[in-house]
Amino acid sequence: MNLTLRIWRQTAAATQGSFHTYQVDDISEDMSFLEMLDVLNERLTAKGEDPVAFDSDCREGICGTCGLMISGQAHGPEVTTTCQLHMRSFPDGDTITIEPWRADAFPVVKDLIVDRSAFDRIIQAGGYISVNTGAAPEAHSVPVPKAQADRAFDAATCISCGACVAACPNASGMLFMGAKVTHLAELPQGQPERAARVVKMVNQHDHEGFGGCTNIGECAGACPKEIPLDVISTLNHDLRKAMRHNPS
Amino acid sequence: MADPRSNVDDPDSAVLAPVQVATDGPSDSPMANPTSAEPSVSAPVVPDAPDRPQAQIGDLVAGLYRLGEPIADTKAPDGPIEQKWTKRKFEAKLVNPANRRKLKVIIVGTGLAGASAAATLGEGGYHVTSFCYQDSPRRAHSIAAQGGINAAKNYQEDGDSVQRLFYDTVKGGDYRSRETNVYRLAEVSTNIIDQCVAQGVPFARDYGGLLDNRSFGGVQVSRTFYARGQTGQQLLIGAYQALERQVAAGTVTVHTRHEMLEVVVVDGKARGVIVRDMVTGEIETHLADAVVLASGGYGNVFFLSTNAMGCNVTASWRAHRKGAHFANPCYTQIHPTCIPVSGEHQSKLTLMSESLRNDGRIWVPKNREDCEKHPRDIPEDARDYYLERIYPAFGNLVPRDIASRQAKNVCDEGRGVGPKVGDFRRGVYLDFTEAIDRLGLAAVKSKYGNLFDMYARITGEDPYATPMRIYPAVHYTMGGLWVDYDLQSSIPGLFVTGEANFSDHGANRLGASALMQGLADGYFVLPNTIRDYLAAGPFENVESRPEVAEARADVQQRIKLLLEINGDRTVDSFHRELGHIMWEYCGMERSEEGLRKAVDLIRGLKAEFWRNVKVLGSGEELNQALERAGRVADFIELGELMCIDALHRRESCGGHFRTESQTEEGEALRHDDEYAYVAAWEWGGDDGDPVLHKEDLVYDFIELKQRSYK
Ligand SMILES: Cc1cc2nc3c(=O)[nH]c(=O)nc-3n(C[C@H](O)[C@H](O)[C@H](O)COP(=O)(O)OP(=O)(O)OC[C@H]3O[C@@H](n4cnc5c(N)ncnc54)[C@H](O)[C@@H]3O)c2cc1C
Ligand code: SF4
Ligand code: FES
Repeated sequence: MNLTLRIWRQTAAATQGSFHTYQVDDISEDMSFLEMLDVLNERLTAKGEDPVAFDSDCREGICGTCGLMISGQAHGPEVTTTCQLHMRSFPDGDTITIEPWRADAFPVVKDLIVDRSAFDRIIQAGGYISVNTGAAPEAHSVPVPKAQADRAFDAATCISCGACVAACPNASGMLFMGAKVTHLAELPQGQPERAARVVKMVNQHDHEGFGGCTNIGECAGACPKEIPLDVISTLNHDLRKAMRHNPS
Repeated sequence: MADPRSNVDDPDSAVLAPVQVATDGPSDSPMANPTSAEPSVSAPVVPDAPDRPQAQIGDLVAGLYRLGEPIADTKAPDGPIEQKWTKRKFEAKLVNPANRRKLKVIIVGTGLAGASAAATLGEGGYHVTSFCYQDSPRRAHSIAAQGGINAAKNYQEDGDSVQRLFYDTVKGGDYRSRETNVYRLAEVSTNIIDQCVAQGVPFARDYGGLLDNRSFGGVQVSRTFYARGQTGQQLLIGAYQALERQVAAGTVTVHTRHEMLEVVVVDGKARGVIVRDMVTGEIETHLADAVVLASGGYGNVFFLSTNAMGCNVTASWRAHRKGAHFANPCYTQIHPTCIPVSGEHQSKLTLMSESLRNDGRIWVPKNREDCEKHPRDIPEDARDYYLERIYPAFGNLVPRDIASRQAKNVCDEGRGVGPKVGDFRRGVYLDFTEAIDRLGLAAVKSKYGNLFDMYARITGEDPYATPMRIYPAVHYTMGGLWVDYDLQSSIPGLFVTGEANFSDHGANRLGASALMQGLADGYFVLPNTIRDYLAAGPFENVESRPEVAEARADVQQRIKLLLEINGDRTVDSFHRELGHIMWEYCGMERSEEGLRKAVDLIRGLKAEFWRNVKVLGSGEELNQALERAGRVADFIELGELMCIDALHRRESCGGHFRTESQTEEGEALRHDDEYAYVAAWEWGGDDGDPVLHKEDLVYDFIELKQRSYK
């Protein structure tokens, strides 16, 4: 296939970026989207032009490293990660616009790479269960009902890719945060810190410059792990409860 | 099964193909003289392959490697194997809590092995600095593990025990792992599950709310804990959260997007690392009292593998060049059920769960002429269900190494299926037609649906209608830096954990045991053994020692050199070529002749790399080609050592199949009389040959036996 790519180029966080247009021919429809960019980069390098910087690692949809806005959609036209998107999803002769995630909390590092360390800081604020190594009770001493275990698992599958933020008109990180809060809130082990956790995480989220949730739902629509929108309800519920008991 | 105590002779247990090579020759000498201002790009860099003495068959040593003194692990205490770990923990010196915060530990890597160690040492009050090349510690390659993690909990009352897990693991490793280390692994396995559950890892549960287990790859006990097909992800998130908790507590500092490029060794001890900030390009020096490498495996030496794109050997290789022995480099695990290569553009191979072999039947056409036909047009009597034919007792469930090698054989015969890549079709059918007839479509969907969907997404084919195509791919490396019972390398103060070390898996790794090792090392073993070393600290301040500045200058020099070559070939083209050589000659099947050829080819490739690689841009910016160039340069040297290691080991064991060493029926033949040792290689210098130190493997508690699947 032959394609026209409009790619956002930006040499560093502080510089101005702009779109550049590249023509790539002879692309196999079996390639993944990132392999197509690999091919573009090999060709650019051969011509002595700076290759396009983009992030990826596992290339099997689990590490959450990759992530691009593809013609206006987070991760592109399919509900999957960018590395699992294949060129057969595009018509021959297509023009594709490729941009980095756009959000104040995710500053551009170079070209298509953004800084998502705000997510790590939200976890640092309280997205864990406090248990020191060696202090754990026998695993079978606390049974977990299967329904709760399954919901905890579903929420825990978030890969921290940031597509929810990129898709949201408010650049809110509520789906990401709701997923973590729900994962831990469903488990008996997560109860002692439940109220404090949600308050600390939400404060950090706002501090990082993510927007508020106005229930638009674009996040869940773009999420490659199909994290359900109702994790945000769990988060709001926990937050209200925590504030009521401990208004500050 | 021959041995009733074992579940090792099961389909899952087999595996690997060792690959190894030795390096000799002048590698990149760019760092030789850090003080000289202008490095000459063309000159000293490369060895001249043709001038090197060619060793004769039967005289392996000449021109390839030298034999050094034998080595041994001196840290495992005497006494019954069940008491060794307790004894070692008791004997290890303690560090007073008030002194711990004065002690600094650097940990390279945030996978299961690194994150768990950093969190635990941070909790203990040590001052920890951690590095990873990804943008978040949670993205380390451990995230990709699917199947599960073993632990001898015996929750199913099916006869499991620490002893049995120990036995299975040693046997599964084809008797090339170290008994004491493996026993300890089995011993602490149960604590891992407790720890992870307390952290909130959502393992699969049954309706009573208790933890569920499965038997992995057909073993006879159910000891594998799992979180759907995402066990590695969930375990890593647990360790990552524990790590981030320590970051908030101020005991651990994490540097993401930082690549470790050199170890600082002062007075023979590891005292720090040189890293590059991958965003700004700044070269930074970090000093500490001890250094831990938890930098993962080196399967990407093959270019195509199931590993993440960034997996590399640089941290280990730089340590090797500074004196850390590299053990059994040629031991590579090849996994039989991966999605085949579809074209030259391919950047990675995707693993599909081994569970598919429980119901799928594997076949290729009997006749080459049928290979282009649609599989549904090939009648039953024209199909060769080769595993069922050759191994009637195990059929499609033979171990990984056997399934892999037979797939290669039929494709090499010209009976492979799928698109031609190069001259061959490299794929075999994994057919569910019979399972769908027997169990019904709905049952097959509920059992394997997500795998079928994944296959469909990647290949664009519907596996319910057309048989899947699979082919073996490089998956895991059992070799790694040599460590003693304390996980300390041959450089004092340099510890190595997880896939980066060599000790626990022998020539073959059983499924679900790498995750177990990563967490055992990080949560329970290293924090106990490193304190014995740290108890002698705090150590002298080395900031102003010349070795520190030299290590830093070496790194800068090497980067400068890579940027100045400005040749014609991209970094990836070199990596691909190395991968082809490794896969062809040091992959599933190795021969004396092929390996010798590979050594020559790699030496030539190295020379060309340092003359002709093209890396654009500068060092003072985010430069992905530069990152890859440094890694590929190290992979080339490792590749040579892998081939030399494979060459010297004239026996077949685990997945390492030597054509010269097989039974009359064509099965792998081990030679315990000659090769029951660990090959620990010492760096021989840029223009010297590597030095082989042998560590005899002593089996006091387990009897050595041949594996058989017929
Ligand atoms: C697809 C797949 C499925 C698997 N499934 C299973 C399974 O079901 N069960 C099982 O037991 N095992 C499985 N394995 C194997 C297992 O996942 C790995 O062996 C294990 O996770 C390795 O953990 P680690 O902590 O040693 O290294 P990794 O998780 O690879 O971590 C390496 C770390 O080192 C860092 N690093 C590396 N080099 C540098 C450098 N130079 N500078 C700075 N940082 C560096 C990286 O950033 C990373 O943080 C699987 C592997 C694959 C590929
Ligand atoms: S919630 Fe979904 S879209 Fe958001 S970070 Fe997690 S996986 Fe990505
Ligand atoms: S590269 Fe890991 S999710 Fe895409």
